[in-house]
Amino acid sequence: MIDALREALRLIFSLDPGVVEIALRSLQVTVSALAISVVIGIPLGAWLALGHFSGKKLVTALVYTGMGLPPVVVGLGVFLVFSRSGPLGDWGWLFTSAAMVVAQVIIATPLVMGVTMSSVAGINPDLRPQLRALGATPWQATWAQLIEARSGIIVGIVAGFGSIISEVGAVMLVGGNIAGRTRVLTTAIVLETRQGNFDIALALGIILLLLSFAANSALIVLQTRTGVPR
Amino acid sequence: MTAAPFYDLHHVQQSYNRRVVLRIPVLRVEPGEILGIVGPSGAGKSTLLRLLAFLEQPAQGAVTLHLDNQELTAETATIDQRRQIAMVFQRPALLRRSVRANVAYGLRVRGGRDHREQIDAALKQVKLDHLAAADAHTLSGGEAQRVALARALVLRPRVLLLDEPTANLDPYNVRLIESLIQQHLAAGNTTIMLVTHNIFQAQRLATRVALLLDGELVETAPVLGFFQSPADARTAAFVSGELVY
Repeated sequence: MIDALREALRLIFSLDPGVVEIALRSLQVTVSALAISVVIGIPLGAWLALGHFSGKKLVTALVYTGMGLPPVVVGLGVFLVFSRSGPLGDWGWLFTSAAMVVAQVIIATPLVMGVTMSSVAGINPDLRPQLRALGATPWQATWAQLIEARSGIIVGIVAGFGSIISEVGAVMLVGGNIAGRTRVLTTAIVLETRQGNFDIALALGIILLLLSFAANSALIVLQTRTGVPR
Repeated sequence: MTAAPFYDLHHVQQSYNRRVVLRIPVLRVEPGEILGIVGPSGAGKSTLLRLLAFLEQPAQGAVTLHLDNQELTAETATIDQRRQIAMVFQRPALLRRSVRANVAYGLRVRGGRDHREQIDAALKQVKLDHLAAADAHTLSGGEAQRVALARALVLRPRVLLLDEPTANLDPYNVRLIESLIQQHLAAGNTTIMLVTHNIFQAQRLATRVALLLDGELVETAPVLGFFQSPADARTAAFVSGELVY
């Protein structure tokens, strides 16, 4: 165990090219999927919180269900869609980073959307008419409400980030864990553990934790800064 | 100087979930006056203000604002015309930002950035200049209501709608807010509607008073006549405190 840990630290501090390459791909896939989830999830979550339409309860229930989607089932669905005989088989996305991003967007978007929805819905309902009565347009009032809900929305982004970077089942299915192409930290950890390379698996695990810690710290700093009265 | 705006209400009815909450056959709010609107809780006072603010449209009838020789309704008023109206609510909902940012909000949504002098003046007017940088959510009820008034007054609205602006406040804050309302009216070309539970406040501030009971407009009269020789027996009972509700 100690030897494995020592070797793991050596791999990290020597910037082992194989390890760096996997870490960078993990980051690239995670940031891409998170960006898309945020762009889709925050506006839809706000709309669900502020909008009045029939079937809202059903849509809300579906979003909450989506927050608990089993990743491996999502992976299976994306696999079938992009497989050679699937409806988007012609795109040739199966076993590429693009398919991994699609799967992770499906997993993370309901999380970002659901947390945004509950954060915006939790704002004082009197705020919107009061802002409108001060001359805000509907868009300006909505923007102000999003800013008010910023702490909760950042929690949603953190949850989305966590679900993406730690995900293994779906990316294994649709990415195939191909060395140099679709291998990311989580799938590499599974592979190295199975092969008995505990030092490499541990090194990758430490990097995964460090990346997660750094990203979450950055988001917490952002959350704290936006909380300062201006 | 441009003339103060005025309202005409004709056969206005408002209902929520098929329940009629307000019924006003005719009401005219005169230019440059303070119309006090009194009545018990649930009488429809706040609903009336929301209609006047164009935040809602009536289920039936018409609420028309006459502004600069134009007849405006909630449907036809442009955003710039709506911005001639400001409303202060009974329970102020402030942004989770500084007091200064809250006062600046209405100016910022109108565009432009450099409003420092106007904001400073408004904060000084409500005696909150020393709390300009404070988080608005740390204020007392009276201070929060003064911020709400400042963020409306800084816009120099031609129509000012006040929904119980001094409810549950201490005498110091009540006096301060009442004097600010009077100063704003004295500045000219403004029309003010004041909803209040406090008939003495209506007596002190209003030029005319309207009584709403169970969503119905019972009587509208100049302040002296309303309190000393009401035409309707229900007004007399309300003014004397005999009306149980």
